[in-house]
Amino acid sequence: MSTQYTEMEKENQQREIAQKEKQQKTKAKKEKRKKNTIQIIFESSIVVIFSLIFLVPFYFIIVNAMKTRQAAAERSISWPSEFNIIENLKAVVAAQDNMILLAFFNSTVITVSSILILLVVCSMAAFALHRRKGKAITVLGTIFVAGLMIPPAVVPTIWVLEQFNLFKTFPGIILVMVAISIPFSILLYTGFIATIPKEIDEAAAIDGCGSFRLFFSIIFPMLKPIHATVIILNAVTIFNDFVHPLYFFPGAQNATVQLTLYNFMSVYSTDWNLLFANVLLITIPPFILFLIFSEKIVSGMTAGSIKG
Amino acid sequence: MKINKMYSYGLLIPAGLIYALLFLYPTVMSFFFSFTRWNLTDWEWIGLANFKMFFEESSLLIGFKNTFIFAFLTTGLKVVIGLLFAVILTSQLKTKRFIRSVVFFPTLVSTIAVGIAFTVLMHPSQGLLNQTLGLFGINGPNWLGDPALAIYSLAIVDVWKGVGIATIIFIAGIMSIPKDYYEAHEVDGGNKLNAFWHITVPLSRPAINAVIILALIGGLRTFDLVWAMTGGGPGFSSDLIASIIYKQYQAGFYGLSTAGNVILFLMVALIVFPIFKFLNRKEVDI
Repeated sequence: MSTQYTEMEKENQQREIAQKEKQQKTKAKKEKRKKNTIQIIFESSIVVIFSLIFLVPFYFIIVNAMKTRQAAAERSISWPSEFNIIENLKAVVAAQDNMILLAFFNSTVITVSSILILLVVCSMAAFALHRRKGKAITVLGTIFVAGLMIPPAVVPTIWVLEQFNLFKTFPGIILVMVAISIPFSILLYTGFIATIPKEIDEAAAIDGCGSFRLFFSIIFPMLKPIHATVIILNAVTIFNDFVHPLYFFPGAQNATVQLTLYNFMSVYSTDWNLLFANVLLITIPPFILFLIFSEKIVSGMTAGSIKG
Repeated sequence: MKINKMYSYGLLIPAGLIYALLFLYPTVMSFFFSFTRWNLTDWEWIGLANFKMFFEESSLLIGFKNTFIFAFLTTGLKVVIGLLFAVILTSQLKTKRFIRSVVFFPTLVSTIAVGIAFTVLMHPSQGLLNQTLGLFGINGPNWLGDPALAIYSLAIVDVWKGVGIATIIFIAGIMSIPKDYYEAHEVDGGNKLNAFWHITVPLSRPAINAVIILALIGGLRTFDLVWAMTGGGPGFSSDLIASIIYKQYQAGFYGLSTAGNVILFLMVALIVFPIFKFLNRKEVDI
């Protein structure tokens, strides 16, 4: 009897314990759920706030680029009632004797040529700047890096270009773009070259390699990842550059992509649909680069700045 | 010394030539030409007249003042807002990659395109900004048409476009702080705000310094945003030194334009270099 009783008591106790545990569990679950809803509300409000601040202007550009002339004149963010995007793009391309096609050609020539030169000259220079030891090379390095801070002297640069008959020419604007992009590109290369072991150079020296052979046949191919960063970052900045073509590459035949927008604005000051279609058109190339290489762009920009 | 032979100065020649000829040489010559009246072929020495003019003409002097305001205001805002964004984006959010891209994307759009879009958005009556404010019963100001306000409106747009880089740099800085510090802080019973002031801020100092220097240099040199949005107006109220350099060049006053360049150079040298030194010394102290 007594054993039965104690067994019953035990069972009761166990049941009680189990119940308590269950209660605690549901309580914890409730709390967790509460925490989750707070988390979701917090997170979605952050997404909404950031989108409002940073995406609405782009949304505004896109919807207005798709509207008819009359609808775009209102400059509102309403969804277009009538889609006119194809006509708008055609009009943008046709404007001023297909000026934008010429501008795309000019900008591409400038961007590609500048980058090709930058890749070779900056990687070479960065290799010597990083590896050589001594006071002279430190001074030279400082002079190159100082270019990150010093604003280019405008009219004296035009004066130098004139002396070589390079003002308003492709070689002129390309060399200016190279000159102003050299400091940052060298900075990126030196950071990467620091990670390449010196033993490679020593082995090459024993094999009788000279400076140039060592660099071009061994080091240059090892720089592939940083070449990509240099290409992408310079492509975006040179393609988007407005100031330097304005100064050093003036003339109707020399229009670049950013300048078409500026010329366009004065002619079609009221054709907002065309203006925004033009904005859209010239934003596509950097947008594509961003979609494909966003990680590379981000890491390149942060690496350059934190080490500097 | 033998190994230095492997790294011949010859490797420096191509970059050095282009850089010296089209960057260093014009910079050095700008100091000479700023003392002249000049038409690219002939020059006449006029001493300090160009500089005198810069500081006596109110339309030029205002550019000097605006450049100060613009550079320091945008730098301050980029540091504060960028740091806030970075803290949010390093917390446990599932959508942080998306938000990070959203914040960063304006950096890659051309300044001219951004300027045109915001000129429309900031229109006093038809602009989206004031129409939205109107919904809340707020009478929005004439952002770009009010001479007292134009330079601040430009600064807001510049921060909108540039805060993405600051945020990304801060995120890299915060991510490099070991998690143990925060755990130890929590064990000691500290709250999150304390953790921000005593761990995040001091330990992401290199990132903060980088953002300050980058933003100051960029701010002092800004030109295209002003050109796309106000053209320096109304009147000369939102002119910066860089836009004055362009205006004087366009008007054919090459000596005056070059003097503007020299002033800008000196501003960068006298503001950025000391701040750079100061920030770096503090870094060593910690």
